[in-house]
Amino acid sequence: MQGGVYNRRSLASLVMAPVISTSGLTKRYGQTIGLDGLDLEVTEGEVHGFLGPNGSGKTTTIRILLGLIRADGGEATLFGRDPWSDATDLHRRLAYVPGDVTLWPNLTGGEVIDLLGRMRGGLDTVKRDALLERFDLDPRKKGRTYSKGNRQKVALVAALASNVELLILDEPTAGLDPLMEAEFRACVAEDRNEGRTVLLASHILAEVEALCDRVSIVRAGRTVESGTLGVIRGVHDLRIDDHQVDLEVDSDQIGEVLTHLTRLGVVNLASHPPTLEELFMRHYRDET
Amino acid sequence: MKTLVGTGHLIRLIARRDRFRLPVWIVVLALLVIGTASAFIELYPSEAERLVLANTIVSNPAIVGFLGPLYDTSFGGLTAWRVGVIGSVLVGIMAALTMIRHTRQEEETGRRELLGATVVGRNAPLTASLIVTVAAGLSIGAFCAAGLIGLGLPRSGSVAFGLGFAAVTAVFAGFSGLAAQMTPGAGSAKGIAVGIVGASFLIRLAGDGGASSGLGWLSWLSPIGWFTRLRPFADERWPVLALSVGLTLLATSGAFWLAGRRDVGAGVVQPRLGPASASPSLRSPFGLAWRLHRSSLLGWSVGLSFIGAVYGSLAESVRGFLGDNPQLREIFEQLGGEAGITEAYFATAMGILALIATAYAVRSALRPRVEEESLRADPILATATPRIRWAGSHLVFALLGPVLILAVAGMVAGFVYGLNIGDVGGQVPRVVEAAMIQIPAVWVVVGVAVVLFGIAPRYSDAIWGVLVAFFLLGQLGRILQFPQWALNLSPFSHVPALPADELTVTPLVVLAFLAVVLLATGLVGFQRRDVDG
Repeated sequence: MQGGVYNRRSLASLVMAPVISTSGLTKRYGQTIGLDGLDLEVTEGEVHGFLGPNGSGKTTTIRILLGLIRADGGEATLFGRDPWSDATDLHRRLAYVPGDVTLWPNLTGGEVIDLLGRMRGGLDTVKRDALLERFDLDPRKKGRTYSKGNRQKVALVAALASNVELLILDEPTAGLDPLMEAEFRACVAEDRNEGRTVLLASHILAEVEALCDRVSIVRAGRTVESGTLGVIRGVHDLRIDDHQVDLEVDSDQIGEVLTHLTRLGVVNLASHPPTLEELFMRHYRDET
Repeated sequence: MKTLVGTGHLIRLIARRDRFRLPVWIVVLALLVIGTASAFIELYPSEAERLVLANTIVSNPAIVGFLGPLYDTSFGGLTAWRVGVIGSVLVGIMAALTMIRHTRQEEETGRRELLGATVVGRNAPLTASLIVTVAAGLSIGAFCAAGLIGLGLPRSGSVAFGLGFAAVTAVFAGFSGLAAQMTPGAGSAKGIAVGIVGASFLIRLAGDGGASSGLGWLSWLSPIGWFTRLRPFADERWPVLALSVGLTLLATSGAFWLAGRRDVGAGVVQPRLGPASASPSLRSPFGLAWRLHRSSLLGWSVGLSFIGAVYGSLAESVRGFLGDNPQLREIFEQLGGEAGITEAYFATAMGILALIATAYAVRSALRPRVEEESLRADPILATATPRIRWAGSHLVFALLGPVLILAVAGMVAGFVYGLNIGDVGGQVPRVVEAAMIQIPAVWVVVGVAVVLFGIAPRYSDAIWGVLVAFFLLGQLGRILQFPQWALNLSPFSHVPALPADELTVTPLVVLAFLAVVLLATGLVGFQRRDVDG
């Protein structure tokens, strides 16, 4: 089975069929600019990290992809189709976890999970029960009595229990405790192994680093960097300080840099791979 | 007093949040009162004219029941009678909405905790809400009194009128504060608070309408009845105000007592566990809409059936009023004799029921907007649910709910009346028909609500202003001699007054067609616009 999945994934990456594709997406809200030419490409079978500071346009992009709002300009396709006009059909193939989960005060969590699943076109009840167990969620409580984290779990179970091709997750672990966050990561990893595509908007860099094949970083409604984590890690931030040199370097250029350095006589050398945090901070520092 | 720390800050916060809301209430209510008084002065300057008007009023128990008894035919007396009960209901609703908005709703949204963690005493939010609400009531009273005195009406009557509104506000603010402690949800707390206002109106309706059959004492059980019994401009009974003050203190202390004994966010009524999985019926947008609308549909049906029963039981006594008034007898002979007057009575009664049912319809029509604003629309619309189906599931209740409510209320009214005169089989269909005929007009108002929702969602709440305008046009338009074109603005003015009038189908078809056009326009607008986030 593992092999089959592998084949499917490598085939997918060969064809590079984009599940999500946007180019030059723009959206205005009155005076403020929501999106300012956003490009995003998510290929089948990948877990795609969607990073950006608060208000950078992640949720706006997701709501355009869900056909809840219409873009002012640019192109967006979902499974090769128009997310606005084909919304209903497309929604059979995806599940969505909003960043801000509000539940109906007088419906129980279990009822909400079943309702959303059925309206999506079907629910795997075995999977549902397993997920309730894993996330340690009591489905009998009324919506108004859940804490923020538990409301989040209701939305997560509702999405993860459906056998859809695409998961769109908008900061899904906000409010989850570390145990539940680990459980969430395990679930997403399993989904990826089953060949599912995931768009994961997140602030939690460790989570993105652990889960995502590729990431897109947005700032002020525009994509500033996109690619695999390996590619994104480039040469930057050279600082020469008396007898000390600090720099960040691409892995394929390490040899060349070392050649130059050894000629100068190296006394001490410390090296570590850049964390996603360093990449992320590099892009955001410019903002302020 | 430590529990009251921060009350001043909270008062300023509430005043800031409601800086448009409360002034609108105050101005509208003051204008309603002052406008009515000045219209009476202009239109009925002579005592003789006012007596004729008074006679037609007193002869229709539907009107006396709805608006309370007329104690005096002076300008002030007529004004107090005409807008006293309506105004009391409106200030009561204002008090209920303002109180819940700043107490229980703040807890439900979690903002209360944000504030509670700052230097704010346990009782400060409730105290601040009470102070602001009562201050709003006092402002309404002060503007009304000043306006009436300005028109040259007696000073004591004007002051009594103003204090009467303030007293009604205070009582309902106290009860709403109590309701805010009871339930875990803001929605149900609001329901209880507004329900108390409605119940006070109904008890008084039964008392005033049934005064001739010895039910008059019921009005003494209602804070709205107390306004009437204060008798502004008719030899004021000042001690009645003490009743309001006493009950306010009682309800307020009850609210503080409960508030001190429960957790923030929790109610006196403890939440219970529910089913772990959804029943088979909860599988579609309609299944969800049914869950969200069913209890309010039931509540409104029961409430309007009660009003229907009161109207039905009063109908027989209508005929008695004819005996001692030869002029009126003549008028009603032309309408078809004794049968004519009960028919005119039922036409009035069903018109009033229809307006109340429209409030339900508007509330249901705005439900999709509520869902959208609270972000609960997003997850539903992200499933394979077309937008129109989602909105339509709610609109089913806005369109068919009033049909059910009016049918049941009409049936109850006809049944009670039929029992009294021994003609159940004959009266039920007649009264039900008189109720059903109102439906196209109700649908037009729903249509306007849907247009706002679809095209200008941020202004959806303006539909309440439209409904109040239609209500006032119907209630005050004729007596204040508004021009015909203004009266025609209200869809309800085009409904034939069954069972008194002939059934003319044309206006109903036109209204229904207009409703369809409005609904379609609104839904197309919603289909094309962004879902607010």
